[in-house]
Amino acid sequence: MTSQNRLIQWTAHAFLMLIALACILPFLLLFMSSIADEQAILRDGYSLFPAEFSDAAYRYLARESTQLIRAYGITVLITVVGTSVGLAITAMLAYPLSQKAFGPRKPLTFIVFFTILFNGGLVPTYLVYTQYFDMKNTIWALIVPNLLMSGFNILLMRTFFLTSVPDAVIESAGLDGAGQFRTFVSIVLPLSTPILATVGLFQGIGYWNDWFNGVIFITNPAYFSIQNILNRILMDIQFLSSSNMSSHVGDAMSSIPGTTVRMAIAVIGVVPILIAYPFFQKYFVKGIMIGAVKG
Amino acid sequence: MGTTLWQRTWRNVARNKAMYVMVIPGLLYLLVNNYLPMLGLVIAFKNVDFAKGIWHSDWIGFKNFEYLFKTSDAWLITRNTLGYNAVFIVVNFAFSIAIAIFLNEITSKFFSRFYQSVLLLPYLISMIIVSYLVFALLSQDTGMMNHTILPLFGIKEISWYNEPVYWPFILVIVNLWKNAGFLCVVFLAAIIGIDKEYYEAATLDGASKWKQIRLITIPLISPVIVMMLLLFIGRIFYADFGLFFQVPMESGPIMNATNVIDTYVYRGLMQIGDIGMSAAAGCYQSIVGFVLVLLSNYVVRKINKDQALF
Repeated sequence: MTSQNRLIQWTAHAFLMLIALACILPFLLLFMSSIADEQAILRDGYSLFPAEFSDAAYRYLARESTQLIRAYGITVLITVVGTSVGLAITAMLAYPLSQKAFGPRKPLTFIVFFTILFNGGLVPTYLVYTQYFDMKNTIWALIVPNLLMSGFNILLMRTFFLTSVPDAVIESAGLDGAGQFRTFVSIVLPLSTPILATVGLFQGIGYWNDWFNGVIFITNPAYFSIQNILNRILMDIQFLSSSNMSSHVGDAMSSIPGTTVRMAIAVIGVVPILIAYPFFQKYFVKGIMIGAVKG
Repeated sequence: MGTTLWQRTWRNVARNKAMYVMVIPGLLYLLVNNYLPMLGLVIAFKNVDFAKGIWHSDWIGFKNFEYLFKTSDAWLITRNTLGYNAVFIVVNFAFSIAIAIFLNEITSKFFSRFYQSVLLLPYLISMIIVSYLVFALLSQDTGMMNHTILPLFGIKEISWYNEPVYWPFILVIVNLWKNAGFLCVVFLAAIIGIDKEYYEAATLDGASKWKQIRLITIPLISPVIVMMLLLFIGRIFYADFGLFFQVPMESGPIMNATNVIDTYVYRGLMQIGDIGMSAAAGCYQSIVGFVLVLLSNYVVRKINKDQALF
């Protein structure tokens, strides 16, 4: 290695290490603050090196865990149902749009495409779902509005079917007597696992992170997802204890280690996705690239 | 020959029944989730009265828009939306390109992967979590800024959530922090796609690394940069709702610095209950947004037909 190359390596490492730290340190701050002692935080502020440690925040959360567990249940439910149903609808719409035999594929592709260019926005969407479908305060409000995250996913999948599933394979399945739906399920889908995994992953992350639908459609805490709980607690630290109908509000207030609980609950909200991240990281990066290239 | 369109269509349906059935759920969904709300844009021209129902409310022409544009809000939210997005684009692109170029220089596979994963971490989490992280830094009583960082420089504590002057900087930094990883992956993919022979030839000719970056890397990824730029410019009338709604924690004193079209529409609808005004602002956004998408696509088409959306 020449000295010039070595210099570049070191500069690049120094620069990137700085950026990596900027990305990681806030998470570390969150975690350290959640295991710090309440009094130490009140005195020194949130810190990467708290003076004293305590598990009070997590003990408090364990005591008030009913609501949290329920919220996690809701999040898992909407993620699993939403992602699988959404993926099924997306693939079923995308496949015919990729087949020449399907007469109206051009006008229908345009119908999908137009939804990317133009949308009605929040007000009409909100009114459609609340006035016509009465979805306010139902679990459907957390699932339905995100089913086809964007028309873009349909077009992405259509392109994949078009370019990566050979016509000959589909034709020969037809000659062997398989119906179109059978061909789709047992031949086309197995050949399309990369795109299904990518679209499914982004849809899954979308559902997991979604707080918007909860904010506009849900007022009943029974249907709060974990993101909505986090949203409420950020504004109102007493939310957990007040929703459990504890009659001693004044009491509860003095006993909540508020500043650390706030951070502990954020840790609980973020840890699952951080743990899962290394396992899907490859698809995540790939998905961003595919999306951008065809974007 | 001699068959009518109707007969041909019918034959196509008969032959491809399964495919016609398959598209039904998706199309129905688009109808409800996308096309019905598009029609619903007309409520901006109505005096919405739930007693009469949305469709039977009285038409009032452009009254809602007149009210909206008479307020100082209309100008403020337009300025904020466009201004922030413009700065986001410049800052995010500059940083992401620089990071991608540095990442490409890293020879160690392990570190390259490590940096990439860490950079994408912020992109993965929800804006709510981001708000917690920002709160841990900026909270007046317990934030790390006021307690640890500012004292290092001998600066007095700052009431971050009450001082509008700081928010343009805070929002730009938070946005960069959250989204740089995404753009960086895109640009890195473009850099990796460059033929290695260019660099080998340049090295033989004695070109320095800096020269190679300036004269090979940047020109060769510029088509990707331009395309991404236009894509973002097409969406410049839409703000990142989560960023502007969650991160400032709805603090009133900084509202002028943090209010954008999307948050304005939300507040009109959900908090103030002024559906007319909110619908008018939303309609304004949809229409101008649509024109901008068409415009930016038109430019993309001029530059490179393959990259155009249509």
